[in-house]
Amino acid sequence: MTTDVQAAPAATEAVSAGPAARRRRGRPKTGLPLRAASGTSLGVVVIWMSLLVLIPLAAVVGHAFDGGWSGFTDAISQPATAAALRLTLGLSAAAAIINAVMGTIVAWVLVRGKFSGSGIFEMVIDIPFALPTIVAGLVMLALYGGDSPIGVSLVGTRTGLLVTLLFVTLPFTVRTVQPVLLNLDREAEDAAASLGASAPVIFRRIALPQLMPAIVSGAVLSFARAIGEYGSLVLISSNLPFKTEIASSVIYGKLQDADNAARSTQQAAAIATILLVASAVVLVLIEVLGRRVSRRG
Amino acid sequence: MADTVTPAPRPLSPSSTSRDRARPGSLALRGVAMVYVGLLVLLPVVVILYRTFQPGLGEFFSALDSPEAAHAFELTGIVALSAVVINTVFGIAVAILLARYRFWGRRVLSAFVDLPVSVSPIVVGLALVLVFGPTGWFGPFLTRHGVTMIGAKPGMILATVFVSLPLVVRALVPVLEQAGIEQEQAAASLGATAFTRLRRITLPTIRAALTYGVVLSLARCIGEYGAVLVVSNNVEGTTETAPLRVGNLVENELNYNAAYAITFVLIVVAFAAILLSAWIRRRRRS
Repeated sequence: MTTDVQAAPAATEAVSAGPAARRRRGRPKTGLPLRAASGTSLGVVVIWMSLLVLIPLAAVVGHAFDGGWSGFTDAISQPATAAALRLTLGLSAAAAIINAVMGTIVAWVLVRGKFSGSGIFEMVIDIPFALPTIVAGLVMLALYGGDSPIGVSLVGTRTGLLVTLLFVTLPFTVRTVQPVLLNLDREAEDAAASLGASAPVIFRRIALPQLMPAIVSGAVLSFARAIGEYGSLVLISSNLPFKTEIASSVIYGKLQDADNAARSTQQAAAIATILLVASAVVLVLIEVLGRRVSRRG
Repeated sequence: MADTVTPAPRPLSPSSTSRDRARPGSLALRGVAMVYVGLLVLLPVVVILYRTFQPGLGEFFSALDSPEAAHAFELTGIVALSAVVINTVFGIAVAILLARYRFWGRRVLSAFVDLPVSVSPIVVGLALVLVFGPTGWFGPFLTRHGVTMIGAKPGMILATVFVSLPLVVRALVPVLEQAGIEQEQAAASLGATAFTRLRRITLPTIRAALTYGVVLSLARCIGEYGAVLVVSNNVEGTTETAPLRVGNLVENELNYNAAYAITFVLIVVAFAAILLSAWIRRRRRS
């Protein structure tokens, strides 16, 4: 009886899922149905994406559980591995929070205070995006290495890792906040100013609430990038276990271990699975935030 | 100068009054932003440029002249160009599908295109090794057909394609969505085939956006380190790309001057990409 009751709505939902779902998402009705050429290209794309992305990532998760659930938990609870995972997540969170504040300030200055040289300033922001990760690593090493010209050596320190992460993730918040700030309606701010509100109050009460989704999604993006960062950190980290060894380095180290290849690979896959889960959570968060941003706009 | 002295004729614009009132605060903010970006980004870049040329131009050119460096640059070029070509073809196809068609799993496809951005390059390498490596899922099949993926160019190209997957797609989708499909429908009603519509309508529409995506993608492909490090096995003179060589020179040979020289070339490429993409953006806006 209960099964019947549940089955009935499930069936109708299956039948009407297509158009209903589309109406829910409010998509314009411009989408074309697939025809011969587009259908074929969809097929090729799906096969290609499966070979390149889906099957390899499935292999990572599959190998993580080679030794069952206990194999997975054993791998990620090894002291050095657990420490590396905690360090990676902690550093990424710190970088995300600092970026949320500094990125918003930089975006504000770029949009609201046009000044001579702001074009160059704008381009400097993009440098970290354009530099290859290993180049970013060497750039940081040139300044903060053993013979630092400013006398600050950050090799093998967590501060060095954090500064490097801030370098490579700087553009994320700036570039997500900037367009929203540009499109912000300034009438409300001008009205508040005419009623005597001070600049900080105007920012906190009027601009900030509207910018918040963009700030958070920028911070989340930099968190995601920081979790997976490797090339820029490898030179400055010195890979000291329990101190500066990050999760990606542990994975790479395990892959180089030829003596016990099968076991090391399983452990590497287990750590990688944790990072993949973190990426997936981040993607969902960005998607949700993106929808909130577009609903406001 | 004259402009700043004579704002009197138009003081009623509310935005200009509020801007004037916020002046000291906004100057302080500007200072904070410029010092932060200057110390974080500009200073280290200036230092590395100084260190590159401190030993003299002779040292710089001899570092770039070694056969290992030449091979590394050549390999980087081959891998990056192959990856960009693959990404361009699939990027156009995926972008058209996402922007114009409705089909089951459209949002899943969209999510999968974005996934590579937030996956650690080391994990990307690991994933490809687990599938295409000699002991991987497809390993026996590939070995039987005499194909070596891992430790060779095909694997390196695959890894590079993976990490730069969304760049072309994300550059194209907004333009395609904005362009709409009326022109295509008109062409179709006049009897144009899908290929003709692609060549005569779609490609001209997306040309600027495509160039932008290709530039970004090329810059990303040239610089990939982590994923290529894992799948290439990192052998000097065979599978060592320019970014890998930078890492090896610093970590194994402690030859900083040679590393700075290669880094300088990579920085020049990156700057060229920034300037080019900024120029394309400005042209599209006007």
